[in-house]
Amino acid sequence: MCTCSRGAVSSRSTSKIQYNMIQTDICIVGAGPVGLFAVFEAGLLKMRCHVVDALPAVGGQLTEIYPKKPIYDIPGFPEVLAGDLVKNLEKQIAPFHPTFTLGERVEELQKQEDGSFIVITSEGTEIACKVVVIAGGLGSFEPRKPAIENLEHFEGRGVTYMVRDPELFRSKKLVIAGGGDSALDWTIYLSGLAEELTLVHRGTTFRGAPESAEKVLTLAEEGKIKLLLKSNVVTVQGNGKLNAVSIAVDNQEHYNLETDYLIPLFGLVPKLGPLENWGLELDKNAIVVNTLDYSTNIPGIYAIGDINTYPGKLKLILCGFHEAALMAQSAYNIINPGKKYVLKYTTVNGIQEL
Amino acid sequence: MEDAITIYVEQENGERVPVEAPTDMGLSVMEILKASEYDIPAICGGMAICATCHVEVLESGELPEPSDDEAFMLESLPHATENSRLSCQLRIGPALEGLVVRLKPEA
Repeated sequence: MCTCSRGAVSSRSTSKIQYNMIQTDICIVGAGPVGLFAVFEAGLLKMRCHVVDALPAVGGQLTEIYPKKPIYDIPGFPEVLAGDLVKNLEKQIAPFHPTFTLGERVEELQKQEDGSFIVITSEGTEIACKVVVIAGGLGSFEPRKPAIENLEHFEGRGVTYMVRDPELFRSKKLVIAGGGDSALDWTIYLSGLAEELTLVHRGTTFRGAPESAEKVLTLAEEGKIKLLLKSNVVTVQGNGKLNAVSIAVDNQEHYNLETDYLIPLFGLVPKLGPLENWGLELDKNAIVVNTLDYSTNIPGIYAIGDINTYPGKLKLILCGFHEAALMAQSAYNIINPGKKYVLKYTTVNGIQEL
Repeated sequence: MEDAITIYVEQENGERVPVEAPTDMGLSVMEILKASEYDIPAICGGMAICATCHVEVLESGELPEPSDDEAFMLESLPHATENSRLSCQLRIGPALEGLVVRLKPEA
């Protein structure tokens, strides 16, 4: 497997588009409100869109975090629930028949010789497109990593932030760090498999589901797990592979604990993710754009909505909508070279289904 | 200034830099810190979901208890302390006069 170009913009010597590839005019990264509305603005100009999102449903934060919260600053809606706004946007873009890849994170971007792109997802889905529009909002949610020296050195060598295959931990020694729901749930589940399991929690109580907290306390009383409260993992040790961690109790005594695995479970934090390595100009985790058309420093790539930055930027849905409209007229010139862009009003022309 | 309080940000060298904060604008400590150009990402904009506005409260009067959302988030942070708060959840008001915080870098 070649990993040399992962997460980076790479050039292919020949412009080869395979049959099983998704082909579209614009690949929109992010299915939040701004990404969805970009489909509408592109559709008015007869440009087809394919939308990719790491989350399994459209709507971005509106669906994932606050579907029941009312929003008051959408023009024309004195009050609209975030979830309803997403539903309305879906209805609004339906005539343009966008296609979607959901539950897959965009990983890699390949620039073709003819100026077009191939976008590749975490699951290997390939999307050939002429323009890429990044409407990634907060970014994608990635595991929060505790500040432990050399932790990254042991990633995949005993340190893992996610339990993908519990069988991996059968008859092994494990240390789980964290005190949230996932730390509790995995402690309970893996206590039945592991040879030895230690849960290290910074606090003295658990705020997770009370049944889970109770169960963990019972497991500890029965001696099936070791529970260390007011404790932190402070160092990781090993020669190529993790074999021990040291733990500070109450910020004082350090002691060593032999282990095969350390699983830090400290929730998720939004990060730019692989986009960081695409060669885009960044400023404090946001993509720098030209406000003429919200283009980035890479021709053919635009960034709209919360993920971009420019002097005077406001992270508002309504600003993202405006950015989508200006982006679309600029993308039109790339997708239809030589054709002149003419602004058409929906009141005059209605919606021409794509 | 009337309708304003002063809060302090402790720097790495221990110096406590004052920040004027109006009490009549419904602002949070996070918003004041951001407006004062402190390096505080506050990615989520104040919904207590990203913890990138995490501060440690070094001195204060009585502060309102964290909401469930905030408490839950603080508990999940690897480097939080007993005095950790999400600055986006601390509303500027007379009760915060003299508040001293230290910014906690993102984990």
